Amino acid sequence: MSRLLLKGGRVIDPAQGLDARLDVLVEAGRVEKLGARLAARGAEVIEARGLVVCPGFIDLHTHLREPGREDKETIASGTRAAAAGGFTAVCAMPNTDPVNDTAGITRAIVEKARAEGAVRVYPIGAITRGQKGEELAEYGDLQEAGCVAVSDDGKPVASARMMRRALEYAKAFELVVIDHCEEETLAEQACMNEGPVATQLGLRGVPAAGEAIMVERDILLAELTSGRVHIAHLSAAASVDAVRRGKARGVRVTAEVTPHHLFLTDAAVRETSYDTSTKMNPPLRSEADRAAVVEGLRDGTIDCIATDHAPHGVDDKNVEYDQAAFGIVGLETAVPLCLDRLVGAGLLELPQLVALFSTNPARVLGLPGGTLAPGSPADITLLDLAKRRTVDAGRFESRSRNTPFGGWALRGWPAMTIVGGRVAWKATR
Amino acid sequence: MSFPHRHLLGIEPLEPAEIQTILDTADALREILDRPIKKVPALRGKTVVNLFYEPSTRTRSSFEIAERVLSADSLSIATAASSVTKGETLLDTARNLEAMNPDMVIVRHASAGAPHLLARHCRFSVVNAGDGAHEHPTQALLDALTMRQKKGRIKGLRVAIVGDILHSRVARSNLWLLSKLGASVVLAGPPTLIPPGLERLAQVTHRIDEAVEGADVVMMLRIQLERMAGGFFPTTREYHRRFGLTEERVRRAKQDVLVMHPGPMNRGVEIASEVADGPYSVILEQVTNGVAVRMAVLYLLLGGSAEAAS
Repeated sequence: MSRLLLKGGRVIDPAQGLDARLDVLVEAGRVEKLGARLAARGAEVIEARGLVVCPGFIDLHTHLREPGREDKETIASGTRAAAAGGFTAVCAMPNTDPVNDTAGITRAIVEKARAEGAVRVYPIGAITRGQKGEELAEYGDLQEAGCVAVSDDGKPVASARMMRRALEYAKAFELVVIDHCEEETLAEQACMNEGPVATQLGLRGVPAAGEAIMVERDILLAELTSGRVHIAHLSAAASVDAVRRGKARGVRVTAEVTPHHLFLTDAAVRETSYDTSTKMNPPLRSEADRAAVVEGLRDGTIDCIATDHAPHGVDDKNVEYDQAAFGIVGLETAVPLCLDRLVGAGLLELPQLVALFSTNPARVLGLPGGTLAPGSPADITLLDLAKRRTVDAGRFESRSRNTPFGGWALRGWPAMTIVGGRVAWKATR
Repeated sequence: MSFPHRHLLGIEPLEPAEIQTILDTADALREILDRPIKKVPALRGKTVVNLFYEPSTRTRSSFEIAERVLSADSLSIATAASSVTKGETLLDTARNLEAMNPDMVIVRHASAGAPHLLARHCRFSVVNAGDGAHEHPTQALLDALTMRQKKGRIKGLRVAIVGDILHSRVARSNLWLLSKLGASVVLAGPPTLIPPGLERLAQVTHRIDEAVEGADVVMMLRIQLERMAGGFFPTTREYHRRFGLTEERVRRAKQDVLVMHPGPMNRGVEIASEVADGPYSVILEQVTNGVAVRMAVLYLLLGGSAEAAS
């Protein structure tokens, strides 16, 4: 196995409290050593001067669409998009067709990912069979086949009793239950956030309370069961508040936020004249909600940034707003958006952002990686903080182009992605 | 007279002066409708397509008459008899129409923003004839034209818009138009039928008596009976008693109040028959003005020649 020497980069590893100019030696797919001016005979040298060297970024929330909707994305294209976006691992949501609710499907995904994946793929199994919210899936078998968590993402677990059982049963396997929090009876036919903008546009809205009600419920159930719950794509101020209070009293709850909920509000629906690339679930919220999720990131209430990468083709998006599919792609824009609009804007320090993309996601699901400590998998993301580029959906590795960020000029982009000691992607200069 | 827009997608993006231009043009063109030969060559050689995805009697016939009076070549597509029933998407239908080079498409659609989708992807001018609960600009224009004729002005009028505001594109277009022209607008209805956040955009009350008090104009909105099943209000009986426009309530308004309704009416629900047929009702004049306003919109957007319109 080859040796790799990353020379002269600024190494940031929040897990070790490290932020220093160091060399990183990689051997046999693992981090061998960190140190100043390391010599390594026979190693391939990667010049990292001027770049930031971090533990590989992990996306907790990706829709790879395979099996079932390979027209939108495949394991191959989705993982190429991940690599190009600076991610060394993605967690694949189970709402494929068929749903990933049995070990056989999990194994098929794992094998495909091993053969064709540019980065690591960690499947997430369904909470309930067919994501129907009626019967528990076989968590033991799912985990044995490779699932790292369970979620009915895209659908909330409507029944409190079912959610309770899931949280209880998952404890036997120390699995995290990831919930898409939405009270569906408040969301009938909704296609955006409820409020003055929806009222002006004449679109049916879902209130922020529709999310917060379920977040509160899940936190109470996690408290009741001592289970482990993770709140997916949190978007409302009241949800941030619920998680903050839950954490303060010791409930085992964690949460993620997407870049679009950090950088856009429902005003975008109006400004773009009903462009369906502003339609996702949960919807873009009000400015007060947006400010609250940014604050939640800053004070540690929210543990990580996840993309909710949701590829859709033009046929699903080039239609009437209320008929369009929910979701946007995010793997190839998340990191530059956050570098520019959070770190560049002075809202977060760079090590904090690195933690939100690597250390924390690894901790939330107990995944390997998330650190560059010797012995860790050599999953490494390199960043070029000085690089300026404009988002061009036409150049995405993803099979889909549904992004509201096209044309955004951003400073700070991924430069290289190393997975298990091998270069998975490298920026063209 | 030049008009700086290719499309009429809503009232909200218009400047007050542009609204006045449309109303003035409608006033000038209305006279043609009283002539023995109701036809001028203003839009000769222009092709207009009426693409209606929702049933409509008033709006569609009004556009059709306006097109004929101005000598445009027009055709109407009723979606029940078209490729739409074969699963064709809105955009595909529009692109096929585009291939036949029409100058303008008038579109009515149940989805808010559907006209914007056409305007973004096609070459022709788009006129919104009602999109979901978003806007119905020509309705607001004809309402304003009627008010201006009857009251001599819009500025300073006190206008109450009453009923199902939540689902009403007419209420939204009227709110923007009347506010831009300086009227004082109050919106009233049961809280379940007031869209969330409206109070941040306009004056809202849940007491109809309060809204009608001293009003120059009372505009009643249609209550769709299926809303009852949706749990928005318990019974039509209670609706009529608490939120309907009765003779007794009209008396709270100014003596020369105008009562308006975009139609179709539910007599005995949002409006009592005595009121609908009463002396202050201008409901049928609204319909006549509808033709004039649509002529003005067609004329301004298609850049008809002024001489040919006289």
